[in-house]
Amino acid sequence: MSDIKATFAKPGHKALITYLTIGYPSMDTVLETVPLLASSGCDIVELGIPFSDPLADGTTIQRASHQALQHGVTPELCLKVAGKLRVKVDIPLVFMTYYNLVFNYGLDAFCKDCARAGVSGLIIPDLPPEEGTELEKISSQNGIDLIYLLAPTSTDERIDLVAARSRGFIYLVSMTGVTGSRDKLPEELESFVLRVRQRTSQPLCVGFGISTAEEAKRVAQIADGVIVGSRLIQLLEEKDALLKVRPFVQSLRDALDNRVEDNSKSRDTKRRPTM
Amino acid sequence: MDNKFKLPDEQGHFGLYGGKFVPETLMPALSELESAYAQACADQTFQQQFYSLCRDYAGRPTPLYHAQKLSRKLGGAQILLKREDLLHTGAHKINNALGQGLLALKMSKHRIIAETGAGQHGVAAATVCAMLGLECVVYMGEEDVQRQSLNVFRMKLLGAQVRSISTGSRTLKDAINEAIRDWVTNVRTTHYLLGSVVGPHPYPMIVRDFQSIIGRETKEQIMASHGRLPDYIIACVGGGSNAIGIFHPFVNDLSVKFIGVEAAGRGMRNGSHAATLVAGRPGVLHGAKSYLLQDKHGQISDTKSIAPGLDYPGVGPEHSYYKDTGRATYVAVTDEEALEGFQLLATTEGIIPALESAHAVYYAAQIAPKLPTDKLIVANISGRGDKDISIAAEALGVKL
Repeated sequence: MSDIKATFAKPGHKALITYLTIGYPSMDTVLETVPLLASSGCDIVELGIPFSDPLADGTTIQRASHQALQHGVTPELCLKVAGKLRVKVDIPLVFMTYYNLVFNYGLDAFCKDCARAGVSGLIIPDLPPEEGTELEKISSQNGIDLIYLLAPTSTDERIDLVAARSRGFIYLVSMTGVTGSRDKLPEELESFVLRVRQRTSQPLCVGFGISTAEEAKRVAQIADGVIVGSRLIQLLEEKDALLKVRPFVQSLRDALDNRVEDNSKSRDTKRRPTM
Repeated sequence: MDNKFKLPDEQGHFGLYGGKFVPETLMPALSELESAYAQACADQTFQQQFYSLCRDYAGRPTPLYHAQKLSRKLGGAQILLKREDLLHTGAHKINNALGQGLLALKMSKHRIIAETGAGQHGVAAATVCAMLGLECVVYMGEEDVQRQSLNVFRMKLLGAQVRSISTGSRTLKDAINEAIRDWVTNVRTTHYLLGSVVGPHPYPMIVRDFQSIIGRETKEQIMASHGRLPDYIIACVGGGSNAIGIFHPFVNDLSVKFIGVEAAGRGMRNGSHAATLVAGRPGVLHGAKSYLLQDKHGQISDTKSIAPGLDYPGVGPEHSYYKDTGRATYVAVTDEEALEGFQLLATTEGIIPALESAHAVYYAAQIAPKLPTDKLIVANISGRGDKDISIAAEALGVKL
């Protein structure tokens, strides 16, 4: 079992996943923040390798990526940062980036260097399973989970495809749109998650637009994990940011843990995918 | 007949290039577009509608004009000009806009988004939307909004909303990023009317097919006037839609040499250019694998060209395939040289080409004198130069 998968093996535990862009707001932010996240109840950290054209991202992560690149962040440097974090924290580290950076680095070299740095998984929003065969093979040879995404527009056919191919967990995009805080989560979210749940036993984590403890709590009732990105980045832009990170992450953790009693039931209702 | 050029395959690949590198949210919309297009291809009524609009609304067929004075002046091969500049809205972009507008209607998507660089595709999209009764939003980089203000006003006049993009290099690349973000958000009601042979499958195929009307006409016309195929076809390449449009119907006629002319901007040496196929290497941007201008880490480079329609760090995947297989040759022409071509065509033939097309004119003028007088060169005049008058004036040091 991969260490990502192990996160979801604890009965009743809802995973809290947070996202940071490496190199934003400053070069040291990630090194200082990730240990804080880990000790405040975060289960997995996504580290964003900044790309010049992040077309799945909203304004917050666009700004973060742009600034990070101005600071001189490169994929090589991100691998170094991951390696440094690996000795500081125990939780799984996952890279989130766009395919061109991985392709340019070389799939084989990138996966080997990820494994060496102790990175457990990859999330690549512009790489659907149709184009991912090669990276799947190479990443799995290196013990790295390639995590695919599903969206509310995904058909049952595509749910089955992603369920069969995703490793670690499935990333459910909460709404049609780019990353970033919204006024509210869509009403159709529950029916979307349920639709996926009925077709797979893979862990399901929901991201995009989740920014408050209330929203995290709502999502935890139906999913195995919650992903918070843009809101954390906005927090890091504030004054005395590091003092605010722990209370924020703890509030999310508390929201997820309050759900403990009902969890066992929802896990039992999962079925194997129909062939 | 070998089928080497009967592409893309079912997954949308042209050899190593093309494909669908997009967020999951868009994958179902691409499948929907694929099947709507397959139905349209088999539907006589749709085809007839498209051809009628091309003829009665856009003004097709466009002439293939033998530029005798220019040919004589250069003293070599005969130069023939495919006059896409004479079309309604002033460029070849209307062919594809009409086709995709009809497709959007077929899919019952009444909101259209489009990106534009020079403004030519934006104007074509806005025009077709006005005519078909569709809502239209055009994304345009801030720098292009400034240097193509005439086209911005034109789009607004046609009832479109123009959204100026101030991120990144503030040109075509960033307009496409923003259009894709809009599409991801509004995909259920919106059709993305992509203007070039770039982007995820099936766009490079669909846009090529709608633009291939240029090459089919050229073939008929030159057979009628000269009784034979041309020796060279020359077209400018940004994303590459006018070039693929005129090349593709000749792809199996191997005696016809294809030359794609990219923008060398201020020169290839200082890196301020947009010559993707000449100087780039394969990568993935805007949904497809193709040649790209990128730094050593894979970050997309800023580009520079006097012609906004060529100012793009990517290129259509089919061009990448043509380059690797040697079916086409790609060269680059600087801003200064393009301005020379611009003036040359104006003074010898009384035709002011778009600055984009002027790149092709310049290169045709370079090779014509080296060839015997019985050789035939077709240059695609993809658009007219009215939109570029103020840029040209400024570059030539004239105060208007």
